[in-house]
Amino acid sequence: MKNRVVITGLGVVAPNGVGLDAFSKAIKKGESGITFHQELADLNFSCCIGGIPQISEEKKLEYLTPLQLRGFNSSGILYGCMAGMDAWRDAGFKIKESSKLDFDTGTIFGTGTSGVEKFREAIYKLDEGEVKRLGSTVVVQTMASGISAFLGGILGLGNQVTTNSSACTTGTEGILMGYERIKNGQAKRMLVGSCSDSGPYIWGGFDAMRVMTYKHNNTPKQGSRPMSESASGFVPGAGAGALVLESLDSALERNATIYAEILGGNINSGGQRDGGTMTAPNPEAVKRCIKDAVINANISVEDIDTINGHLTATSKDGLEIENWTKALDRNGDDFPYINSLKSMVGHCLAAAGSIESVATVLQLKDQFVFPNINCEDVHPEILKLISEKKIVKKVLKTELNIAAKASFGFGDVNGCVIFKKY
Amino acid sequence: MGNTMTKEELIAKLKIIVQPYIQDEDAFNNLSEHTDFINDLKINSANLVDVVLDVEDEFDIRIENDDMEKMISVKAAMDIVIEKLAAK
Repeated sequence: MKNRVVITGLGVVAPNGVGLDAFSKAIKKGESGITFHQELADLNFSCCIGGIPQISEEKKLEYLTPLQLRGFNSSGILYGCMAGMDAWRDAGFKIKESSKLDFDTGTIFGTGTSGVEKFREAIYKLDEGEVKRLGSTVVVQTMASGISAFLGGILGLGNQVTTNSSACTTGTEGILMGYERIKNGQAKRMLVGSCSDSGPYIWGGFDAMRVMTYKHNNTPKQGSRPMSESASGFVPGAGAGALVLESLDSALERNATIYAEILGGNINSGGQRDGGTMTAPNPEAVKRCIKDAVINANISVEDIDTINGHLTATSKDGLEIENWTKALDRNGDDFPYINSLKSMVGHCLAAAGSIESVATVLQLKDQFVFPNINCEDVHPEILKLISEKKIVKKVLKTELNIAAKASFGFGDVNGCVIFKKY
Repeated sequence: MGNTMTKEELIAKLKIIVQPYIQDEDAFNNLSEHTDFINDLKINSANLVDVVLDVEDEFDIRIENDDMEKMISVKAAMDIVIEKLAAK
């Protein structure tokens, strides 16, 4: 007997909203969190715009102790702790240092790389021969599993505590990993999510690859343009999203608020074969991932009401839409609604899948489709495949039952999760 | 400066240095020469290296591994600081 798995808590730290309420309002309004950053310009970046969550020093102290914040220089861990702790409280739990160790709850909290600024700081000291003066904080802030280690200790988690990493699929993959663990009876609850650092040292490599837009340095809010004909590359973002997953039995037993149910999903890879490369997806694998997610969730393709795509605003958006139309065998007016949160927050890299999943789950709970911004000029190739009215540009109040969320990442890896209104 | 500093002044400086790391307020309020960093102040052992770095910065001295291992109490820290300052 497999457990049903539901979502009982959400937390989010996004460029257009820190905290669930601010984020929920922002996505309904179509508010962009993209701004110009002089620091990027000073460092000769081609793309000088990005999405960075706004967090005051006072706000940090609501989550981390002065001791934890001493020598702290890992924005991703900060975002992850905030989102994770918010999700935990949102699920109805308290956070106390003296709380009892909970062997039924674990966390899978992913990231691409951890504490890159802290790492930079350490490398400078080390190269000056000052290895003795690194202090105790370098390891825990730069180890990939830093975020799950922080959260595991703050919450007293006694089940699996780990960090997954699969580039821009990380957040979506983590949800499915936590889901599997609960479904199989290995945990009652899993805090799942992902985070990504902000700033030049995490974004520089992408700027060098010329995959970020350099055409909107004077118009940052119009910079992130998924599905638009004038899309010219992604805008980097940062933040964290977190979801408390729980067995339905456990949620009902403690009378928890249920945001949505996870019906299933799929994770696969295109193996960098048949058109897939380190940086481009193998279309066959993408279609198969979506189809297998539908099968795994035990629904049929026509049950999907809305899609939250990966849709980064590079030249691959058209191919992604084509893959969806083929995988679902639906097109034109028959295609589900589709949106991309990246139009408002940019591409939050390892945090993308979790932040976007929080947005998707909010849509099911509050019965709306958030708007795509900056695609007043939908790409003609996309319009050949699906009807323009499926790309909502103003918040749409509508009945939604099932939402599909997919993420695709470097390494030719794919993830697709199916959420259902509860 | 070392020669002119009294024992009380040195303890007061060490007290400020260890404050961020302590986890026992009572022991901290009663801090004396005989206070142990781990057993009394309940400082996380990983943070002892941070205490040493802060001591280095405050007194502009360098503390080597052998001395660092010994620096687990107020008394030991005082002895090391006094010795290093005298050698300056």
